Amino acid sequence: MAATTVARRAGMRIPAWRADIVVAGAAALLLAYLTVVPLAMLLLGAVSASGSALDFQFTTRYLERVLTDQASIELLANSLVYAGGAAALAFALGTAAAWAVERTNIPARSLWYGLALVPLIVPGIVHTIAWLFLLSPEIGWINAPLKTLFGFSLSVYSLPGMIWIEGLHTAPLAFILMSAAFRAMDPSLEEAAAASRADAWKTFRRVTLPLLLPSVASVLLILFVRALEGFEVPAIIGVPGRIFVYTSRIYLSLKLYPPSFGLAAAYGLVLLAISVVGLVLHRRATRHAERYATVTGKGYRPRRLELGRFRYVAVGALALYAFLAVALPFLVLLYASFIRVYSVPSLESLRELTLSNYSFILEDELTRTAVFNSLILGVAAATIVVAVTAVIAWVTVRTRFPGRGVLDFLAFVPITIPGIVLGISLIWVYFTIPIRIYGTLWILLVAYVTRYLPYGIRGTTSALVQIHRELEEAAGAAGARWWPTFRHILLPLLRPALVGVWIYVFIISLRELGAGVLLYSSQSVVLAVRIFDLRDSGNYTSIAALSVFLIIVLVALVTVLQRIGGRTIREA
Amino acid sequence: MTTLRVESLRKTFTAQRGAVRAVEDVSFTVEDGRFFTLLGPSGCGKTTTLRCIAGLERPEGGAIRLDDEVLSGDARFVPTHARDIGMVFQSYAIWPHMSVFENVAFPLRVSAKAPSRGETRRMVAEALALVGLEGLEERPAPQLSGGQQQRLALARALVRKPKLLLLDEPLSNLDAKLRQRMRIELRELQRRLGITTVYVTHDQGEALFLSHRVAVMQNGRIVQEGRPRDLYASPASGFVADFVGDATFLPGEVVEGGVRALGGIVRCALSEALIPGAKALLVMRPERVLVRGAPAGTPNEFPGTLRVAAFLGDHLDCIVEVGGTELRASAHPTAELRREQRVWVELPPEHCLAIPDDGWRPRALTRTFDEDEG
Repeated sequence: MAATTVARRAGMRIPAWRADIVVAGAAALLLAYLTVVPLAMLLLGAVSASGSALDFQFTTRYLERVLTDQASIELLANSLVYAGGAAALAFALGTAAAWAVERTNIPARSLWYGLALVPLIVPGIVHTIAWLFLLSPEIGWINAPLKTLFGFSLSVYSLPGMIWIEGLHTAPLAFILMSAAFRAMDPSLEEAAAASRADAWKTFRRVTLPLLLPSVASVLLILFVRALEGFEVPAIIGVPGRIFVYTSRIYLSLKLYPPSFGLAAAYGLVLLAISVVGLVLHRRATRHAERYATVTGKGYRPRRLELGRFRYVAVGALALYAFLAVALPFLVLLYASFIRVYSVPSLESLRELTLSNYSFILEDELTRTAVFNSLILGVAAATIVVAVTAVIAWVTVRTRFPGRGVLDFLAFVPITIPGIVLGISLIWVYFTIPIRIYGTLWILLVAYVTRYLPYGIRGTTSALVQIHRELEEAAGAAGARWWPTFRHILLPLLRPALVGVWIYVFIISLRELGAGVLLYSSQSVVLAVRIFDLRDSGNYTSIAALSVFLIIVLVALVTVLQRIGGRTIREA
Repeated sequence: MTTLRVESLRKTFTAQRGAVRAVEDVSFTVEDGRFFTLLGPSGCGKTTTLRCIAGLERPEGGAIRLDDEVLSGDARFVPTHARDIGMVFQSYAIWPHMSVFENVAFPLRVSAKAPSRGETRRMVAEALALVGLEGLEERPAPQLSGGQQQRLALARALVRKPKLLLLDEPLSNLDAKLRQRMRIELRELQRRLGITTVYVTHDQGEALFLSHRVAVMQNGRIVQEGRPRDLYASPASGFVADFVGDATFLPGEVVEGGVRALGGIVRCALSEALIPGAKALLVMRPERVLVRGAPAGTPNEFPGTLRVAAFLGDHLDCIVEVGGTELRASAHPTAELRREQRVWVELPPEHCLAIPDDGWRPRALTRTFDEDEG
């Protein structure tokens, strides 16, 4: 009889899933607010004469300038050469390493994977400053001996210098993506070519390369867009070297006198357009790639090329890369953090080692605020992103709500918005609407959450897709309503993925510079911004100390959090 | 007493190229304690029908009643969690983050009147004993073998003592040997508990073995419903004959007491609708068609040439060509037969059935028939 009463209650007019409609609707509104509003304001800002959207007068002045004048054409050329060069360099380094690790009998394979993660943890601004210490024209570790020995020095303040620093830093990303591509390829396809009497070179050219082509295209585009969006190298190397790209130009439009919000918005719009084109092409390449998909879920044991004596050459090359990308930058920062005034190491400088830089950053009020703010923002952004994207993923994967595809799309849109463009867009938004959060942590939180939504949605969606729908349906058939099902079945099964997303967002938010650099105030300063600021005051040795501190904290955090995350995964 | 009534059930899916009718006008009744099977090829609508009964799909039309209670229809729709059912899924849907005990206890714990701790323990133990998993309570569910997961899914479905048990291809993920054993156990369990059961499968062997009644589905409709032996002996169409058991088909014209085929007249039973002159399809079960090396003088005997004779233990599986038509037949396992030798096939009239020819042809043989007709 109990069952009949329950049924009668549930059979009433109000369907049991009304709660989901409310939740899904709220998620949709939040997404629209986070993505559509800033983009609309950016567009408005680029064509507004008055510098405020409230008192709107249409003008094409900024767009004309941005698209036609001579400096702008140079800007476009610089941006394309810089991003293209950095992408090519990172791709070449990363792919060679991926091939060596995946397809040859190189020793210590898992070590290389571990090492590849380190540059990804090190914030871009720290890496850039380290290379400034190494390649600075007069006193760089590399340039000083070159100058005394050969009478010339490498100029870091040049396009090749910028490309070198950025490419070196993003190569591990190419390594990770390309090793995944190598791993996804069924080696029996290559073996079939060999069995058809194709030699190694023909196999590579006729089978391996065509199969990898979609991955190659997509990885190159990702690297290109990332370099284009990056702010660290263009600001720290490009601006002093008078080599401007879009991101640094947007920054300067606001920081030079007189600041022009319209011009910044117009530059932002152009950068956004290029980035969108890049990512649309990327999506096309990966969609194409699905047709080439050779993943069948079987455990492969690919044939590895016997390198023979060349094994040690390969190890040497990888070790050299690790030295240049990880060890040398860290060493130079470590050294600089213990001296008073930066100089080339000598007996004299080594005798005057000091802890004053560390005591400076520990006592500096702004630095303390920055550490505190960064942690608060990281925790808040990671938590909000996980919560929002878990709901959106559930709506798009499991329900048949109309318009659920739009939700997925909206959550993905911010991937096309460079951090600095999001910054200028949010300035326009909060100068216009009467929510006074400019200069507070809240606007940074809005920026971070918006910016990391795509990572969240990707992680949660792919995890949810892998959870068999019948696991939830079985809970329904066992008599569980929506909430018990969500709580007792779905959440525990999703937990490893949610923890993974949380850790990832937390870590990247600690490194964020581009989104924050236009939005902060002295109350809302964050770590990367603090480093950027100290540079303005010329306090390089303190920067080194703060950088060393930041690297150690980040590496420790990643290690600890991965341990925790790993345990959750094993428990599940 | 539990009776399930499904009336004029209708469900369409909106695919990218417009609406697809998944279930169209499906009606059937499952009497108390009966084992009822929906049998059909993939995409015939059998699983959708089952999911409508479970409340996992919302039908557009028709009604589903469990005793006096309307589960769906008349502008009512009882959500899955409020239906008094137990369900076993094709993937088993064993929750991997729970132990065996927690999996089975879940339906009790989430019910509106959750039993006490001790009572839960007792009911779980009882359900596990039913399926032979006693003593495995604390084992993490993913550590069970395929067969054990299957039993666990069954225990979880039965623990609440539901009125209705729904099974969606539960044996399809097991290997052949285990499938054999599980279907014996499942049959015994259902007969013992007397629980009203709806079962979905594409395996005719399972359907015949397990069921009191079977409904054969094709393109979203039930094309024939009946006891297993009736479906086998008197299929209503070529599709049913082909799907339920092994069959050879011969098209021909109806004459008095038989069908004109194989260059002569084949004496056979005629289904009611057939009058002389009509087009008919002659249905024969290969195991009933006998091959001999010499004529025996029985009715319906035709000479032919032996094309294939393969030893299968209890019989020889043969293909005989009679006047340009290939027939599947069987011979005694000790018969000395050689390929390409002259043989006689006997089509016992009591095992030959002519049904109206609705144009349906089994896939692989379509071309041969076209050539015959041309």
